[in-house]
Parts: sequence; C-alpha cells; structure tokens
Amino acid sequence: MTLLDKKLNRRSFLKVSTLAGGGMMLSFSWLAGCKPTPEQVLTMPKEWFEINSYIKIGDNGAVTLFNPNPEFGSNVKTSLPMLLAEELDVDWKNVFVEQADFYPKRFERQFTGGSQGIRSGWTPLRTAGATARQLIVNAAAQTWNVPAGEITTNAGMVEHTNSGKKAGYGELASLAGTLEAPDPETVKLKDISDFKIIGNSKKNVDGSKIVTGKPMFAMDHKVEGMKYAAIVHPPAFGMKIKSFDKNSVTSMPGIQDAFEVKIFKDDYGRNFFDTTTFPEIIAIVGNSTWEVLQAKKSIKAEWEKAPESNFKMAGWGGNISDVKVPSGLENSNTHKEKMAEYITKPGNVLRKDGDPEAAFKKAARVLERTYTAPFLAHNTMEPMNAFADVKGDKAVIYGPTQAPEQISQTLSSSLGIPKENIQINLARMGGGFGRRAYSHHLTEAALISQKIQAPVKMVYTREDDMSAGVYRPTYSATYRAALDENNNLLALHVKAGGIPESPIHANRFPAGAIDNYLAEGWQIESNITIGAFRAPRSNFIAGAEQSFLDELAEEMGKDPIEFRLELLKKAETNPVGKDNDYDPKRYAGVLELVRDKSNWSNVPNGISRGVSAYFCHNSYVAEVVDVSIKDNQPVVENVYAAVDCGIVVNPDAAANMGEGAIIDGIGNAFYGEMAFENGAPTKRNFDTYRMIRHSEAPKKIEVHFVDNKEEPTGLGEPLFPPVFAALGNSLYKATGKRLYEQPFQPQILEMKNLRM
Amino acid sequence: MAQYNLTINGKSLNVDVDPSTPMLWVLRDHLDLVGTKFGCGIAQCGACTIHLDGNAVRSCQLPVSAAENAEITTIEGISEKGDHPVQKAWLEHDVPQCGYCQAGQIMSATALLKSNPSPNDEDIDNAMNGNICRCGTYTRIKAAIKTAAKSA
Repeated sequence: MTLLDKKLNRRSFLKVSTLAGGGMMLSFSWLAGCKPTPEQVLTMPKEWFEINSYIKIGDNGAVTLFNPNPEFGSNVKTSLPMLLAEELDVDWKNVFVEQADFYPKRFERQFTGGSQGIRSGWTPLRTAGATARQLIVNAAAQTWNVPAGEITTNAGMVEHTNSGKKAGYGELASLAGTLEAPDPETVKLKDISDFKIIGNSKKNVDGSKIVTGKPMFAMDHKVEGMKYAAIVHPPAFGMKIKSFDKNSVTSMPGIQDAFEVKIFKDDYGRNFFDTTTFPEIIAIVGNSTWEVLQAKKSIKAEWEKAPESNFKMAGWGGNISDVKVPSGLENSNTHKEKMAEYITKPGNVLRKDGDPEAAFKKAARVLERTYTAPFLAHNTMEPMNAFADVKGDKAVIYGPTQAPEQISQTLSSSLGIPKENIQINLARMGGGFGRRAYSHHLTEAALISQKIQAPVKMVYTREDDMSAGVYRPTYSATYRAALDENNNLLALHVKAGGIPESPIHANRFPAGAIDNYLAEGWQIESNITIGAFRAPRSNFIAGAEQSFLDELAEEMGKDPIEFRLELLKKAETNPVGKDNDYDPKRYAGVLELVRDKSNWSNVPNGISRGVSAYFCHNSYVAEVVDVSIKDNQPVVENVYAAVDCGIVVNPDAAANMGEGAIIDGIGNAFYGEMAFENGAPTKRNFDTYRMIRHSEAPKKIEVHFVDNKEEPTGLGEPLFPPVFAALGNSLYKATGKRLYEQPFQPQILEMKNLRM
Repeated sequence: MAQYNLTINGKSLNVDVDPSTPMLWVLRDHLDLVGTKFGCGIAQCGACTIHLDGNAVRSCQLPVSAAENAEITTIEGISEKGDHPVQKAWLEHDVPQCGYCQAGQIMSATALLKSNPSPNDEDIDNAMNGNICRCGTYTRIKAAIKTAAKSA
C-alpha cells in the first residue's frame, strides 16, 4: 500500500482548548477509554486539564495521552503515546493511555495500514509532546516570574535552579491549558541521545484488560435496547439477490425484521477503500445473536447472475478511474490456465535497463522459473462486525476499522447524514492485516440501524467473513536469467501479474544491480474483490524473487548471501538506472547482520538452512530459516531475522510483531489458500481453511534490529514477505526439491523419503 | 424458551433462552460476560474456550441445556484481580498483539496446567493446538506457559 502524503497542519494538533477558562475537563467515559481500576482511582486527579489534542494533565501530575490511530494489534496504542511522553518529559508510570475517537479536527492521519503509524507519527507526535512541555515551562516562567529559557524539566517536574523553585506538572497544568501554544517551529525536539522512553520496552498498555477479558472490541459493545443483526450475502461472486421471502424468518422466535440493504447510493463516487464484496445484502434483525443466526440458516432467498457493473473510483492519490466488475462465475482452475498463458504472452514494460533482448540472445544458458500463489483470506480472529445507532440526522458508529476517515465519506453518502453528525468511535480490532481498511461492515450496520431506528450490533459469522472477503490476489511471476559460458549473469527478466493486479515493484532490487534488466506486468480482470493484505504485492513477489535468486546463486556456484551482496555492491558503486527504490548499503547491512546472528556457514547437524532478504515499507529485512525433518515432515526449528527500520521505539513489542509476521508468513506459505468454484469460495471456515497452529510455529525466533539513528520506518509488514522464500529455500535444502507453487504443504505431502 | 440455572464463576445465574443456545451466546448476549470470544462457531479456533468442571471446552458447541449442573468458569472468573499465574506470565512476556484470541488461549493454558503442572513442548502443543492466534504469538504463549508452570 502506498502512503498518503498529507501535509501536516501545524495548528490542528496544537489547538489548545480554552473553552472552560482554567482548562477544560473532559469526561472519562469515552467508549474505548480506560476505565480505571479501584487501585488506580486513588491516583486519579480531581481535575484534568487539556494541554492539547493529545495530552491532558491532572492536578496531581497524572498524564493522559491519546492514541490517535486505530489499534489492530501492532501496538500503536502503546508506542505512539511513547513518542508524546518522551518529548513531554514525563514518567511513563504516571501515564494513562486512552484511545481517541475519530476526530479529524483534533488529530491527523487516523489510519492504520502501510506500516506507517510510527513513521508518520514520529515528528507530529514528538512535536505535540514538546509543545505541551513548552506550555508547562511557560506557565512556570509566568508563575515564578523567571525566564522560560532558564527552566528545565525532568520526568514530570519543572525546575528553576537559580531561584531553587520546583513544581510538578500537575501544579502548572491549569495555567498551561490557558496559554497560547508556541509555534512548533520554535520548539526544540530532544536529541536522540537524550531519549529515556523511546528505545526502552514498555508493556502493552491494554495488557491487563486483555488477559482479564474486559470488553474492548466492537463485538463486545452493548447498549440498552440494542438489537442484533446477521447478514446474508450471495453465495458466489458474480451473483446477486433475485428475491427473498421475509416471511421465511419473521415468524421465528426473536426475529423482528428482514430486509435488503444497498450499501452505496447510485450517484456516490467511491473512494480508494470503498471495495465492497456484495453491494446488496439481506439483513436479519432480532433480539439476540443466536436467534438471528438461526434465522440466517432458514431464510429462503433466490439468487441470480449479476450483470457487469461499472463505476468510478478514486485512487489512493485521488485520481478518479473507471472500475469494471465483469460478470460471470469464476473458477480457480480457469484462473490458473489464464495466468499460465502469460508466461509466453508479452506484458506491459514497467522498466527496462540496457538491452536485455540482446543479452538473452547471446546467453549460453537461460534459467527460467515460474512461481504462483493463490488468493488468501485475511481471517482476522474477530469476524467483521459493527455497532451503529442511527437516529434522525445523527449517527454513532463503533466498529473495527483501519480507515475511519475514508468510511466517514461513505457513511455520510449512504446515510444521507452530514459527516459532522457521524461520530465514529474506534474499537480495538481483533486483527486487521489490511482487511479492515475496507470498512463496509460499518456502513451495513449503520444502514440497518437507520432502517430500524434503533441501536444494532451486526455480526458476520466466520463463514460470512471468509466467503465475502477482500482477498489477497492470486499471482504468477516468471523469472528468467541469462548466463554466459562462465556463469556470469548477463540479464534478468521478470514478468509477473495476477488476478486482478500485477505484484511488480519495478524499481526495487534487483533492478539497479543488473546491466540488462526487464520488468513486465500484466493483469486479468475479475469480479472477485481483492485488497490490501499485509505487505500488498510484496507478500508474493518477495517470495518469487528471492527463491529465484537462490536457485540462480546455486546455478552460478555462489553462496546465496555472497551473491546478493555482490549484486548490492554493484547497485551501490555502479548503479544501473535512476529510480532505484532502495539503499543498497542498508540492504546489505541486514544480510550481513543475519549472516552473523545465524552463524550462517556453520549449519548445525540435522538442519537445512535458507535465506532471503527484502525491502518494503521503507525497511530492510533479511531472514534465515532453519528446518529439520521429523517423521517425514519438515519442522521449522529456528528463524533469525535482521531488521533495519531505523530507531526502534518499543523494542520488545517490535520483536513481538516481527515474530508474528514470521509465523504468519510460514503459515501462509505452507497452508494459505482460497479457491473458487463457480464464483463460490471453496473454504468457509477453519475446518477447511488451514491456519498455522501452535505445533507448527518455529521453535525459536530471534529478531535482531540494526542499531542506528535513522528515523523510524515500517515494521508491521516488512518481516512478512521475505519469510516465504527463506522457508522455500530451506525446504529445498531439506528435500532436494524447489517449491514453485504456494501453498507448499500439498507438495510436501507428495514427497516420499525426504532426504536428511 | 426455557429457564436455566447456571453456576458461572462461582455465582448462581438464571437465564431464559432457547435450549439450543450455545453457552458462548448465553455468556455474551445474556450475561454480559464478553471476555469469551466468538471466532468460528464450529469449535475450530478456540476463541470461545471456557472451563466446564475444570476442563477446557469450546462454548460455541456447548448448548445451555448441557451446561446445567456443572461449574462453569470464564476468563472473568479465573482470578479475582487478574493475578492468576498464567495471566501474570502473559503480562510478563507481553504476549498479546490484537488480543482477541488470548482469553481462549489463557483458558486452554490454565486447564492444561491444572492437569499437568509441568508440561513439555509437546504437551503444550497438544493442549493448545485448538487455539488459533492469527497474529502469531505462539512462541510467546509457549514461553508464558512455561513461566506460569514454574511460578504456580
């Protein structure tokens, strides 16, 4: 996913509320906010003073920090407030964290995705913390009648050494809340070497609520008089509702109503995240979840083939394009045949360096390999759901969404209610992985609530969730390498595409490292909805590219790490082309680090080892996977990861996310697969869609970070793409067979007597 | 609809629901005990794990009619103050990412440790394989179970 470059509105996050004179008291009853425990109440202040949008300080020095971004498990709710706390210069143990609602007047970029939370928040949140600190200093200067420049702060205390005056932030918060915010340009941020919080691991601020089962998810939300809703969608892509018999369910116990919901208004101009699997669904409303789920099983509905549809959609950058959703019932077998045709068909040239055609003509040998991967379902553990309370021209929505700003546009159009009257409260999400950037589940719940004029909680079953996905596309990539008689690499050609998009990042490595280089893309249209899935496109092309380079290194008689380092050296010292989208030195740095940490050339007995490296979301990752064979099955023993994502804000939490990305990658490489028959997803629950489980996780994972002072870059996604090839390359060492097709497991089951 | 008297977390509670209603939805919709999570509805993911007379069961497959006369424990009831050794170990290892599956993981882990106070890796895999974590916190869960086993 590319990142929205939005200019920082310097004033918006510095807005100081002076509505209530001596500082504005905010209630603590926000939906997703912390409910202090009885022990905490003893330390709760009598009064809170708002310093800016992100920060409240209590009269006793307690600090509340708002996490602006939606939390889906990447731990931004802890790490973003750490940025504020660092520059505010407070003691982390006095900090409460609250989840902010969607509130665009107060917060910038309330979006979780593209691994950009920390990177985008780095300067704005530190600046917000530093300006708040300056306000406290200014309040002290005014109170003590001393120059602000002589005042120092430390861990929530303010001091003027010359006069011996000292105070806690809490004593100055009331005054600070009334002062004019300083120009952020004049506020100095801390030197990196002075960081006390950033770089020191802090536990998940919601940890104790999670382990005690407190309500935190939209799924857990309930209000007086709330109804429950289930949805029924067409059984296959390419189909739509023909008719349904409301009376087939309305006489069932606890069922109030059943009706059709149309997601979009006809004249609505869709935005980038308005991907909707089925634009028309049936809603069933009743008194409890179980009752609506029973009715869902009994509803009599008829379906018909949907005609081709066309609409306009704004791209991520805002450019409007025409989208065509073709008619027809698609099949995975046909998909595979169509994709295979492109091995020989020409694609669109995305990048060309030198004269690759001539190089291939004079090659002594050509190595050609094709890699494929299927559609994948996100399968967040919390199925799609949302709470909505729409009455008259006002709406309150509480739902799991990565992209509240985008869905607020949709909601406004679909409900016919101005955006300002739609309050979106951000629920903790039971996983996202890109799926919840597409938030039509919020729109569905809102339209149901509007129809019944009562609060409602709409819940997808797992089957709904898996069979109405916004899937990772299926892809195919063909790599060709031209070698001369001395095994020198003359040219590289990649041609890759998918249904319905190409996975190629044309200016990434190995572009820039090879004199004669050709990248071609192609795409095949489809009516199966696709969208962002952890490291879009990278999550396939990294596996293909890094598997091919491994095989190529072997053909050339080179060590796979040494071969990559040679290419990177060439890209550094004598780069080919101009727009190379990576820093070869940092790329090489992670390969060197993983070589060192895995003790690369000393492979333990009984272990087979593979390596891979990739750059995405502005970060560099190299991984080594060790497998053994037990009972004729591969066992992932160890994974070593080396990561360069600049400064690591919360190291242990960062390692946790890296471990998770590695396990996610191993699971999808072995088992992940969604297929279609006559438009219908063939897997609808975890009995058939295989997910990685405890016993299949690596025995040990080590995540090592490059220690540098670079500004932070992405982390949630970059550890995911390279693991596919590191695993594939280690499985080759273990089995003697290269794996070109994901998922791997069916091919492994066919192997007999795995060599070890 | 029928009346059921249930013993949940040591308390006697009454509900009036259809006999086929799974305990999962009785807990979540009727008793406001929402720590027990809905994940798949077919006992394949473990998010809804509770204890029935001390054994880990999937509450999405346990009809309320089969839960009378049994002691039911949910995530809300395994400790008064959230200080069960398994909960403490979970915090020590900072296990959760999204957190959605963790109540079910903890319920499976506490049942395991009750029957096997010092499980090895294989015991842990066997007891925990029914609990999916989509975020991939498996290695931390294993480490936390070992820590809890030591401190229990």
